[in-house]
Amino acid sequence: MSATALKFNRRDFLKTGATGAAGLVVGFYFSGASRALAELAPVPEGGFAPNAWIRILPDDTITMVIDRSEMGQGVITSISMLIAEELECDWKKIAWEFAPADPAYFNPIFKMQGTGGSMSTRGGWEPMLKAGASAREMLIAAAAQKWGVEKSDCRAQDSAVLHKKTGKRASYGSLASAAGALPVPADVALKDSKSYWLVGKPTKRLDAAVKTNGRAGFGIDVREPNMLHAVVARCPVFGGKVGSFDAAKAKAVPGVKDVVQISTGIAVVADNTWNAMQGRQALEIKWDEGALAGLDSAGISKMFAERAEKPGVVARKEGDAETAMAGAAKKVEAVYEAPYLAHSTMEPMNCTAHVQAERCDVWAPTQFQTINLGTAAKITGLKPEQVHIHTTYLGGGFGRRAEQDFVVEAVETSKAVGAPVQVTWSREDDTQHDFYRPASYARFAAGLDAEGWPVAWTVRIASPSIMAVFFPGSITNGLDSSSVEGASDMAYAVPNILVDYQLTDPGVPVGFWRSVGASQNGFFSESFVDEVAAAGKKDPYEFRRKLLAKAPRHLAVLEMAAEKAGWGKPLPKGRYRGIAMVKAFDTYVAEVAEISLDHKDGTVTVHRVVCAIDCGKVVNPLTIEAQMQGGIVYGLTAALKGEITLDHGRVQQGNFDDYQMLRINEMPAVEVHIVPSEEAPTGCGEPGVPPIAPAVCNAIFAATGKRIRKLPIRPEELTG
Amino acid sequence: MAVSFVLNGKPQTVDVNPQMPLLWVLRDTLNLTGTKFGCGMALCGACTVHINGEATRSCVTPVSSVAGKKVTTIEGLSAEGNHPVQQAWIALDVPQCGYCQSGQIMQAADLLAKNPHPSDAQIDEAMSGNICRCGTYQRIREAIHQAAKMRAGAGERPATTTEDENEVAMAAAGLRAGEDGGLGAGVAGGAE
Repeated sequence: MSATALKFNRRDFLKTGATGAAGLVVGFYFSGASRALAELAPVPEGGFAPNAWIRILPDDTITMVIDRSEMGQGVITSISMLIAEELECDWKKIAWEFAPADPAYFNPIFKMQGTGGSMSTRGGWEPMLKAGASAREMLIAAAAQKWGVEKSDCRAQDSAVLHKKTGKRASYGSLASAAGALPVPADVALKDSKSYWLVGKPTKRLDAAVKTNGRAGFGIDVREPNMLHAVVARCPVFGGKVGSFDAAKAKAVPGVKDVVQISTGIAVVADNTWNAMQGRQALEIKWDEGALAGLDSAGISKMFAERAEKPGVVARKEGDAETAMAGAAKKVEAVYEAPYLAHSTMEPMNCTAHVQAERCDVWAPTQFQTINLGTAAKITGLKPEQVHIHTTYLGGGFGRRAEQDFVVEAVETSKAVGAPVQVTWSREDDTQHDFYRPASYARFAAGLDAEGWPVAWTVRIASPSIMAVFFPGSITNGLDSSSVEGASDMAYAVPNILVDYQLTDPGVPVGFWRSVGASQNGFFSESFVDEVAAAGKKDPYEFRRKLLAKAPRHLAVLEMAAEKAGWGKPLPKGRYRGIAMVKAFDTYVAEVAEISLDHKDGTVTVHRVVCAIDCGKVVNPLTIEAQMQGGIVYGLTAALKGEITLDHGRVQQGNFDDYQMLRINEMPAVEVHIVPSEEAPTGCGEPGVPPIAPAVCNAIFAATGKRIRKLPIRPEELTG
Repeated sequence: MAVSFVLNGKPQTVDVNPQMPLLWVLRDTLNLTGTKFGCGMALCGACTVHINGEATRSCVTPVSSVAGKKVTTIEGLSAEGNHPVQQAWIALDVPQCGYCQSGQIMQAADLLAKNPHPSDAQIDEAMSGNICRCGTYQRIREAIHQAAKMRAGAGERPATTTEDENEVAMAAAGLRAGEDGGLGAGVAGGAE
């Protein structure tokens, strides 16, 4: 792709005309009929912009302004589907652009412009439908006015308004100018979902073509005129700082233009990325390693274990677990542990910034535009309206791109050298300077009655808190609900429950990792449920079923997964099943894993995964299938391989040789089944992840009688 | 040092450090960004291009080693993004984030050029060097089977012009293929 085609120059226009009247219409709008990252141009005379998400040009082009980050979860397609459903536009002629950072695009749930928490559909469902409906009503009104007929005698279809009696037809493009002069309706009625022609139907993603011809512009693909490339040397120990450095040898490397100190380390700026990397190798730095220079994984594990001895902040209390436990016929206890994990997006962290006297442009593969804007404004001292955040495609997000470090580095480096700069992270940088999925430790106990049913259930979790750093205001009395999600919301009917939490922070940076707390707590809880079932001599599926009798949505996904997987039916010799069910982000997912085990070397092979999901009303079944497949791969990678360890305060893994990923030869056959539902729609980006580790580990128990209580699964413990 | 090769059917000369990996020459010197950086150590396949028709990791390929050779990137795989593998990828909705897909597609095109009807096991073997963190593997497998069928339907020679353009450009530039590989590289079907 040429530099010209990748120019992101955006021209913002404060909207006029139709937009002035409406409460739902705010702020910027930018235009152009081109797709993907082609240069944007002003709306030609006569263009129609009913709100922040839609613009219709006289040539009938309809462009969706996508206000969520596309990181693979298909949000371009799902948002466009919601708008198009009510707009009644021709799906084959959709174009799209990524939205600028603006309050108009705040997610209604978390009041910021950002993408995460599987919230795009949950938060966007109604606003996007309304945006489409409102525009449609204005176009119908324009046609009715033009023809001198009643609005109620007109209808919209395939990007045109039709008048039943006269057979008149006007395309949206031809009505754009007139519609722009009309007031935005204060409220609009939404269609009955039974009449949907697009929402709920399997729909191919809009961005597949640009993602097969190399033209999708990711952050790392930004090419601005006179842009320089930088890499940053960061202290290998978390919290460490630059003691002193000598840039002479780095500056002697051909192509190196400058070496500057920034808040995260030393940036080496060159004419291309490779020369910058050569320069960084030649750089001489003495680090002040700081307080964490002695940190190692064994010490962290010990810290968790010690903290978990003491009562923590109560996250859930029902009945009297202590008394019930004391009176139980049988007691089951277990300790579970999960490691730190890196995100490993395929596109390493990167960001491009151009800081000028009166303006700052940031091109970022980002999940959190509002915070990016504030971050850049703070560093540059510019006003927020002088900062322009250009969202690119994201080569994976998984929560990593909710952080600010990559933006900080690009803005600081550009400011220091006075030129557009792209900062690129190597894979090793990316693995060793992540905000990791927190390591976590859980002590479980269950008391069983004489028939083997649980009467008491206690969990104590010791782990770092993500929210303590990210949104300190959300921590109340030392409780971070995201640290216990997947455990505190356990749905099985047990009369006495106590879940408490010990915030334990070894100092390793932590962050949101696809499915967040449920990623480890789902593994802990669903493995321990299996242990309790086995202790009571119950079938793990039937045990769960009985305890979910009053939780119909949990039960429905569990039953669907079990039925489709043939639970209880004989398997080929050497094959074993395990089941797990986790609700995460208001979406219910159950998975049955079918495995075999090589008893000689302990290798676990996952052959088949049957997944059932209830995410309420469905926008795009193809996306749900893809997200469940993807979530299962993400969770299975972690279960089989994922572990970030520390020694002397340093992450010991660096590249894909020692931090390995699941590959195609290890991919199980995944079947996805969707529970029909008219409930409010919920997300599907994350909830596929949590059930896979416990489903696989429960299958390992079925195969071997051994419990996996510490991830990842270690083949050497499964031999014989 | 000046290095000349044929890039997507056109003669190309770059004056860079001969040790610079082809990946960075493509991306930073020539602004051809469809080829991706993922690991820098030939561990993930995101940087896969064709050199004289062979799928090669450009991140560990010094640019000097492609002197006189034909380099094809995702941008040059087909004239209009319509190589059977690309068409199958779109038809089966393969990409998620899309970052690894240039490499996946280049690897899959190489596989089908050598083995027009690969089994699942052969697909796994050929594609296991390409990591996808979004987990699109199941659809990749299906899409390769579909692309195989499409190629067969198109008489084993899909309507791509890259190979011919390469030949013309090689002649025009007076370049000869290196010892290893050779012009056309004996690729069955020439699907590159």
